[in-house]
Amino acid sequence: MTLFSKRSRSGLALVALALGVSLTATACSAGGGGSEGGGDGGGASYDIAFLPKSLGNPYFEASDAAGKSAVEGFGGTFKEVGPTEATADGQVTYINTLTQQSVDAIVLSANDPNALCDALGEARDAGVAVVTFDSDVDPECRDIYVSASNAELIAKKQVDLIAEQIGGEGQIAILSASANATNQNAWIAEMETYLDSEYPDIELVDTVYGNDDDQTSFDKTEALLSTYPDLKGIISPTTVGIAAAARYLSTSDFKGEVALTGLGTPNDMREYVENGTVTSFALWNPEDLGILAAFAAKAMIDGDITGEEGDTFEVEGLSTDKTSYEVGADGVVTLGDPFVFTADNIDDFDF
Amino acid sequence: MTRTLEKTTTPEAPSLAHRLRALLFGRSAAIIALLVVVWIIASVSVENFNTPNTLYFLILDVFPVLLIALPMTFIIITGEIDLSVASMVGLSSVTIGALFQAGVPVPVAIVIALIVGLAGGAVNGFLVTTIGLPSLAVTIGSLALYRGIAVGILGTTAITGFPEMFGDLVKDRLFGRGTAIPGILIVFIVLAIIAIVLLHATSIGRSTYAIGLNKEASLFSGIDAGRLKFWFFVASGVVSALAGAFWTLRYDSARGDNAMGLELVVVAAVLVGGVSIFGGRGSLVGVIAGVLVIGALRSALRLADVSSDVINVATGLLLVVSVIVPSIISAVTGFAERRRAAAAAS
Repeated sequence: MTLFSKRSRSGLALVALALGVSLTATACSAGGGGSEGGGDGGGASYDIAFLPKSLGNPYFEASDAAGKSAVEGFGGTFKEVGPTEATADGQVTYINTLTQQSVDAIVLSANDPNALCDALGEARDAGVAVVTFDSDVDPECRDIYVSASNAELIAKKQVDLIAEQIGGEGQIAILSASANATNQNAWIAEMETYLDSEYPDIELVDTVYGNDDDQTSFDKTEALLSTYPDLKGIISPTTVGIAAAARYLSTSDFKGEVALTGLGTPNDMREYVENGTVTSFALWNPEDLGILAAFAAKAMIDGDITGEEGDTFEVEGLSTDKTSYEVGADGVVTLGDPFVFTADNIDDFDF
Repeated sequence: MTRTLEKTTTPEAPSLAHRLRALLFGRSAAIIALLVVVWIIASVSVENFNTPNTLYFLILDVFPVLLIALPMTFIIITGEIDLSVASMVGLSSVTIGALFQAGVPVPVAIVIALIVGLAGGAVNGFLVTTIGLPSLAVTIGSLALYRGIAVGILGTTAITGFPEMFGDLVKDRLFGRGTAIPGILIVFIVLAIIAIVLLHATSIGRSTYAIGLNKEASLFSGIDAGRLKFWFFVASGVVSALAGAFWTLRYDSARGDNAMGLELVVVAAVLVGGVSIFGGRGSLVGVIAGVLVIGALRSALRLADVSSDVINVATGLLLVVSVIVPSIISAVTGFAERRRAAAAAS
């Protein structure tokens, strides 16, 4: 009984304390907010936030790191935020947060073409420039889309690579990222068209989804190989997927028997190219993509471009010699052709 | 265990003063105090936290969790659990999307989704109460089943392009742009009041606690535990389907993988809110505060540019601490009481 009343007294004290602090705190924050708001207004700053599909994906780590040095190179402030899982609702909460923080530009790779639109609309209403890269949202929901290449070139390159490796005939399957990834689905549609017209002897038997998760992709690869005993090749147009598939193949009986290609990073794929699991794969340079997206954001902030077709802007520090880019139809800026990595050139790259 | 037994066998009803004191200084009060503390610290130290917009986004973000936490509280107090709720959100979303695509008007599609939710909840309830299987096993099964059906129906596609008025309906603010409260919150407030009255002021509520505290005793006092639990699972299915409708319209995106993993967020919020995972204890006020604590904490940390890995760790720690601390307190109190009793006896 004594214990109970003692507890209730301390409870009362806690509530009183909380109320007291809350009153002072409200007064404080009201005053503080006003003065800080005034400080933020001055000067042309480049406060740019990169929002990848999810944190911890090495591909986005490479492009965001390059984006960071580009942003800091032109005197801006960079930050990278994002959800741990590649979900649209996770990205929405971060877009809302960045809107609250009044950043100057959001550079994002979208997990869903529509689900982010409303949040991006609020951001743009608040004066935030929205640049998508790698994976787009609906064109009316952003200002600029920085595309690595175009869907047709990427799809053709991967189909040509697998056709070359399996001798132009047999069953193949696709190991994609998530079922709603805009870019993946666009490439897969192009691959299907191109396969039908150019390689009638190659049969696409299945498309499976590893959700850009290493373990899921690994398991899906195993499932593909047990479902289709005659499978001759796998295309995985996602860096997480191809690395997991390569790891599975390299330790299985299918090593050297089942061909694997797709889009991967040299650091992920190096050991599998060296041990003969993978002959060749493709990718653009994600560092260049991050740099181009950063400069597109800068050009938006400066008012050099508005997303209209024909606008041009300057870029520095790309691995190629190109320094000027033009905005194409629908506000799309294209980096260039995918690049093919083989045993001969893989050691020239480190990302 | 001895304490819970004492409670059920206490003959006289607790006095109003006693109940008021328990309400003010019990576990819910601690959670509300925690919410106030988190809010104050965030307001003082995180720029842009104490703004109408942050509160607005916070409410929209936690809205599905708030909804589903209501029936989940009843279920966990009876000593059961429903892990299929997030899969039901996905199934509801897909139902609405597929029907909308087939030309069914959105309100009709939502009603059908709610019926699907009712059916899904009834399946869970039937397996748990009539067949007598453990709810953990049943709902892990239906978690996979409902998600599987959801992803199976729409396959790889997302249905979008719902009429704008429905999106506005779930997102529009109650008193204009500068304010914080989305109108949809009224739906939650109505449901919350019904749930609070049901749990804290009716015989259904008393029976709910009795089932969780002591199954055998509740059986002997004539409570039909099976029937109550069955309806709680049905309610859980319907409310999850309602959350699915909200999710679909808010993001204008009906997808099989919507709300993946949300069941853990809901269970975590209910436990942080002071409901015992062993059943028999907890209040809805505490649970609502628990949802808001987690929401506010995550929102503040995001605004403070804390990485999402760290945010997950912080949320996990909060959950672990909130489950462990009451056990430690009751162990310490039990020890002190035993010592006092021993001293009095000697």
